[in-house]
Amino acid sequence: MSTEGDSREQGEHARAGNDPVMADLGVGGSAVRAAAPGDAVAGIAPRYVATPPDLRAASSLLAAAARHGLATVPRGHGSTVGWGRPPRRCDLVVDTTLLTTIEHTAGDLIVQVGAGTPMADLDAALAGAGQRLSVDPVVPGSTVGGVVATGLCGPRRMLHGTVRDLIIGMTTVRADGAIVSSGGRVVKNVAGYDLGKLHTGALGTLGLIASVTFRLHPLPPALRVISAATGDAATAAAWRASVLRSTTAPAAVELDWSAEGPLSLHVLLEGAEGGIEARAAEVAGLLGAADTAAELPPDWGMLPGAPDDTLLKIAVAPGRVTETAASLRTAAEAVGIPVSIRGSAGAGVLYAALPAAADAGTAADTVTGLRHSITEGALTVLRAAPGVLEQGLDLWGEVPGLPLMRAIKDRFDPDRILSPGRFAGGI
Amino acid sequence: MPEPLLALVPRLRDICGGDGVITDTARRRTYESDGLTYHAALPGVVVLPTTTEQVAAVVRLCADHGVPFVPRGAGTGLSAGALPRTDGVLIVTSRMRRILEIDIENERAVVEPGVANLDITKAAAPRGYYYAPDPSSQQVCSVGGNIAENSGGAHCLKYGFTVNHVLGLVVVTPQGEIVRLGGKAADAPGYDLIGTFVGSEGTLGIATEITVRLLRSPQKVRTMLAAFETMDAGGAAVSAIIGAGVLPAAIEMMDALSIEAAESAVACGYPPGAGAVLIVELDGPAADVDAQFDAVTALCRASGAFEIRTASDAAERARIWKGRKSAFAAVGRISPAYIVQDGVVPRTALPEVLRRIAELSARSGIRVANVFHAGDGNLHPLVLFDDTEPGAGERAAQVSGAILDLCIEHGGSITGEHGVGVDKACQMPRMFGPDDLQTMDLLRSAFDPDGIANPEKLLPTPRLCGERPGVRKGEHPLVAEGAAELF
Ligand SMILES: Cc1cc2nc3c(=O)[nH]c(=O)nc-3n(C[C@H](O)[C@H](O)[C@H](O)COP(=O)(O)OP(=O)(O)OC[C@H]3O[C@@H](n4cnc5c(N)ncnc54)[C@H](O)[C@@H]3O)c2cc1C
Repeated sequence: MSTEGDSREQGEHARAGNDPVMADLGVGGSAVRAAAPGDAVAGIAPRYVATPPDLRAASSLLAAAARHGLATVPRGHGSTVGWGRPPRRCDLVVDTTLLTTIEHTAGDLIVQVGAGTPMADLDAALAGAGQRLSVDPVVPGSTVGGVVATGLCGPRRMLHGTVRDLIIGMTTVRADGAIVSSGGRVVKNVAGYDLGKLHTGALGTLGLIASVTFRLHPLPPALRVISAATGDAATAAAWRASVLRSTTAPAAVELDWSAEGPLSLHVLLEGAEGGIEARAAEVAGLLGAADTAAELPPDWGMLPGAPDDTLLKIAVAPGRVTETAASLRTAAEAVGIPVSIRGSAGAGVLYAALPAAADAGTAADTVTGLRHSITEGALTVLRAAPGVLEQGLDLWGEVPGLPLMRAIKDRFDPDRILSPGRFAGGI
Repeated sequence: MPEPLLALVPRLRDICGGDGVITDTARRRTYESDGLTYHAALPGVVVLPTTTEQVAAVVRLCADHGVPFVPRGAGTGLSAGALPRTDGVLIVTSRMRRILEIDIENERAVVEPGVANLDITKAAAPRGYYYAPDPSSQQVCSVGGNIAENSGGAHCLKYGFTVNHVLGLVVVTPQGEIVRLGGKAADAPGYDLIGTFVGSEGTLGIATEITVRLLRSPQKVRTMLAAFETMDAGGAAVSAIIGAGVLPAAIEMMDALSIEAAESAVACGYPPGAGAVLIVELDGPAADVDAQFDAVTALCRASGAFEIRTASDAAERARIWKGRKSAFAAVGRISPAYIVQDGVVPRTALPEVLRRIAELSARSGIRVANVFHAGDGNLHPLVLFDDTEPGAGERAAQVSGAILDLCIEHGGSITGEHGVGVDKACQMPRMFGPDDLQTMDLLRSAFDPDGIANPEKLLPTPRLCGERPGVRKGEHPLVAEGAAELF
């Protein structure tokens, strides 16, 4: 841990252009610079930003940071770096954007990819071989590391599973700089604990994700989106149930309910060209007056709302999903908050945005009220609009298993230097 | 029975009832091994709890007295994961066999850990749903054991493994706490403890209630059997199918020796003269399945299939699967003893690895029958030997080990579905470096600080593997393999 004396000294060296900490951070080959105002993480200004060019450099960087007791927050393109609670401390931002190698083994339907790789670049590289990672990006511009660290995924999760379901191997750097790999490069593998599961959605609190190996899917030859809208949640619930009971095997059943509009249900079908029309016709029949398109609707899978809205994730028993969306609308409208909701009606996981302009106290109360009304599932605040946290809002609610989570954190990062405080229970 | 255990017996009887505690030696002996019978140890005492609370009370008692415990389901495991401790308590879930709920509206089933895998599907099938993970042992293996091993089956190529289908767990931690993780809703908040627990081989606690996803039964299932003259031709067909962007529900392959075995056991009537057969199953919406079926047929023909049979109904499908499903037991017909190996190679390395296995077999004079999940490169070579012949067992074990070497050499895994257990704990350092293993051990100690949950399984220990358990020194395996230079 750095002492006060240390940091005074560091300040002087920095002025002299000879900061020993900065020099030490760069020993393994990382580019290190003094942080600029734009580098703040949720308002907490770091001292340094370091960009490791490769895994080994990342390892020496974290080892050096640990020796100096620097609190470290990983960052990709920064699109979700302000999520969770603000870190208690942040001395060093590790910029992953040079970790961009893509090693695609098309014949094995796998790819090993550096954490800093933009999802769009990965998609483009895979599409060339007629393959894809079946994770819909939900935040524009996100990197692979960002998607894995937040565990976010979109509509196709219904058929293909979540991000973590598609991860077959991961290499991370532990708080002390140790390089740790688990899983492997084959889709079927049960050797050892699957540490990748633990890092997925951990917001960088257990290690720096350096590279991830995913299983891939062939790009489907054809797709159809069958959409219908209604003003009535019960109708949507009936549509949803009938599509799920059908044998049309949808890849996604997505709910989209903007603050202004009616409730839309989009059913995505993917598959062979020869079969898709018949399946689409069957789904259209179940939805009543429906539109069928051969392309995804605009903003497919993107999170609702604007970047500084309060963003909720609500996971419920899937049969209750439309009912849950409706009660959120009703509760929010009653206090004058226009809420936008989107998410997987199939999987029972919704995202909802409460506008940043809404009164912070009212927004916090609405969230708390809704959380209490969920009997089975969880409401998590992914991102709080300015002022909302100050209302004392608990972002996570009750988290079963928290003592085990703390015990894991204690062992992986005993000095609490990785993104301290960002996660559930102050982890 | 060791002294410290003897003192616990009355307390265990209080918890589980008189008929829930087994101390009699002959009865304890029936639990001395799991499916991997060459590892055996007499359990100190066996308990058969009926509720989560009983399991927790037993574990708490163990924790208080520093006594190790081993969970056990149906005992079909093939890595000696349920090998008992002579100085410990074997906690068997066979009396926790209730299906608590089949919830079609939410597409979930809630079960106790002792429920047999297939019983979930049996309960859901009348409503048009099923539970996807289908290990070949599914008639008997327990869902708790499936959780512990992250079991797969022929259909995991398309549908994934146990871990992809578990939404909720009630876990008794190694300290005897009851923790309810997740439930019918997806994405339980916080670290993914469910994903971490699945596949942990009984070392992180005992699952006492499990919520799984049910899937809608597919509209259509079509199965074909394609016969090839050589394994190479069959392998080429597999590559062509995957390369064409088709994702079958299953692609299984058998070589001449396993066909011979199956033939002599169940007279499955596979095409005579086949050097390899491929079973391909497609499922989904009828129109999709039909389109893909035609494509697969054409690809098999183009790769040299000399006969293709298609099943037109469930009975014919069962006939095609019969040979494959009986293959393990069938080798008993052609060999007095055998070792089942479980290794994985990247699918593209299959032809090369199969050739090398054939060479190994030719060189050593030990026959190897290959039956495997070709779609995902999971090999199950059966190494045949005569256990009455001195030294034959050792030589077979050597061949089996050399096959594992091939898997590692080709960037694969030492186990695709049977787990590490005791059997492969000492092989772990061949796949993972010291920092990897140490981090796994950190995870284990977070759950089990006293080291009483299924000790000496999954991770190598000095006692099990020697002072330096073959831990690789020097370069990290990833670096050695060149993968760490990636960035
Ligand atoms: C003929 C045959 C075919 C097989 N085919 C397949 C296959 O296709 N795919 C496949 O994956 N496996 C297969 N197996 C292996 C085996 O059936 C699976 O590993 C199965 O999941 C084990 O279940 P079980 O109930 O028998 O567990 P057990 O053998 O009793 O125990 C296995 C492990 O699970 C732990 N455990 C058991 N219950 C619990 C619990 N409730 N909580 C925590 N830990 C627990 C034990 O401690 C042990 O480590 C096969 C085995 C045989 C004999």
